[in-house]
Amino acid sequence: MANAPPSTLLDEALDGKGAAVFSTSPAAGGRMILVEDCVETSGAFVVHHLLKRCLSPHSSDVVVFLSFANPFSHYDRILRKMGCNLSVQRDNKRLMFLDMLMLERLGRDRGKTSEDVFIALFGEIQKAVELSLSHAGRQHITVIIDDVSLMEVDANGSSNLVLDFLHYCSSLTAQFQGCSLITLNHDDVYSNEDRPGLLLKLEYLADVVIKVEPFSTGLATDVHGQLTVSNKGIHDGSGKSRNKVHNFHFRIKDSSVEYFYPGSKT
Amino acid sequence: MAANKPRTTSFSRNFSAASSTAPHAPGLKHGPNGTMFLSSGILDLDKILGGGFALGSLVMVMEDPEAPHHMLLLRNFMSQGLVHHQPLIYASSAKDPRGFLGTLPNPMVSKDDKSRVHETEQEKGLRIAWQYKKYFGEHNSESQKDGKSEYCSNFDLRKPLERHFFSGQRIDCVSLKESADLATFQEHCSSFLSQTPRDNGNIAGGRIAIQSLCSPQCEFSNKEWEMLSFIRSLKSLVRLSNAVAVLTFAPSLVSTAFSKRLQHLADTLVSVKAIPDEDKELAKLLTGYQDMVGLLSVHKVARINTQVPAILEATTFSMKLQKRRSLILECLNQAPVDGSSGASYASSGSCSGSSKTGALDF
Repeated sequence: MANAPPSTLLDEALDGKGAAVFSTSPAAGGRMILVEDCVETSGAFVVHHLLKRCLSPHSSDVVVFLSFANPFSHYDRILRKMGCNLSVQRDNKRLMFLDMLMLERLGRDRGKTSEDVFIALFGEIQKAVELSLSHAGRQHITVIIDDVSLMEVDANGSSNLVLDFLHYCSSLTAQFQGCSLITLNHDDVYSNEDRPGLLLKLEYLADVVIKVEPFSTGLATDVHGQLTVSNKGIHDGSGKSRNKVHNFHFRIKDSSVEYFYPGSKT
Repeated sequence: MAANKPRTTSFSRNFSAASSTAPHAPGLKHGPNGTMFLSSGILDLDKILGGGFALGSLVMVMEDPEAPHHMLLLRNFMSQGLVHHQPLIYASSAKDPRGFLGTLPNPMVSKDDKSRVHETEQEKGLRIAWQYKKYFGEHNSESQKDGKSEYCSNFDLRKPLERHFFSGQRIDCVSLKESADLATFQEHCSSFLSQTPRDNGNIAGGRIAIQSLCSPQCEFSNKEWEMLSFIRSLKSLVRLSNAVAVLTFAPSLVSTAFSKRLQHLADTLVSVKAIPDEDKELAKLLTGYQDMVGLLSVHKVARINTQVPAILEATTFSMKLQKRRSLILECLNQAPVDGSSGASYASSGSCSGSSKTGALDF
């Protein structure tokens, strides 16, 4: 960690303390992070941030990226501006990119049921997790799903199927100490449902919930929105765990994102 | 305007650099982050969106259930495609969608075009601060190019598109009323887009216009997940084949959750709204209220290859028909500013967008 990138407020909120980066600290494996956003403000930048963090040269993590939303070139271009070359990482086998935009992926065009597709998909993830964890020196694997609401579309609206899938994924985090799960979902989709089962279940499963909202007083050029990070799993020294909520504003730039407490921007 | 400034400048640099190295199709221009734009057919909308519709993006228009303003956007979008000889698919729930082609507007002859430019020039002298002049310079030089290679034509909504624009074009019209499911239409789109001519690596930019997808005439209108899965496939199809799809839907006809899902799927999201004829309160609040035909709000601007959100200086614009012919979009002007109306979006540099929705724009 000699010249680690400066840790941002988001990193601090995720890790509890300022110093440790969760993906590299051995105790912090097996977490699940849920990012929630809405139409007005996209939470994609949080996913990019987490992706970059996982692939940083200081860690030896492996990332399995399930993209339902954008093609590889989109992420490649963004992450390159942030100083992380996804193509190289993919060639190094540190990134496994599953482009779910492709229709023919996993035989979806051949009339397979969505259940079959999901089973095949989980099989691929499981294989990747087992394979990379059996490698010496590679201790952590992160599964990123962008995004869950599109997964529901693929499941033809069956949220049970999605929940099963996510449950299996999160059981991976329990089974293998070094496996984390990061998911993006849109919470305004569920705001009118009586019992938003999928969202509640996800929030229950997650150790960290990052909520991205528009700036409360309207659009502004120097504040793009606010983040609420609820961290459930912070253990202090005495063995107790407490729930900590951080709240701050952000401004998205091409190469990085500025995080700051409300009112502290000069 | 402050937010737009760097984007505008970098954009024009890219454009000139690219056009000097490789000539491309007349209907396209280069945007930031390796994207390409094609014109929406409305000059002001192109400006608002930072250059037009990005190739590979899915544009959604939320309809007003009581007014056909979304048709104005669709018509201009389709006409512009035909003027640029871009392949076009039009789908609607009507029995004979081809009939709609007869209502497409014709580009104005250059004489009219010059008069409009001249007019804005005159106006700008009166109202506009000096630092915005440079933007006019750009605009003028662009629109004064010869009519054929113009990026965005000025359309005369009263004149039907001339016949020669239709000849030799790849135009497909699909009625969604007959088909029981969207799978056939999806196949149609993919086979259509795969035939898009790519002469020496140039991208031609196909256009897909789908009118009122969720309208109850269609058999599939109650199968929300089927429609979502169609739109999702359409989105990936469009992204991979560098086309642009414009899709209109009426949010009031579908459930809130479904509408939100659609909005998430959209790359660019705008909504149109009619304004009531006799709303005294609104008439007092806004200048030029009599000339407005409706309001257009921009909710989302396509962010392809970038994570930085586009912050517009105003999100709600008034739609006006200039001389009853061409569609223009303007910032909303609060009444006490001054009495003159008809300031185009570009010419009203900074104005506090007193949008009806109450959103504050800085």
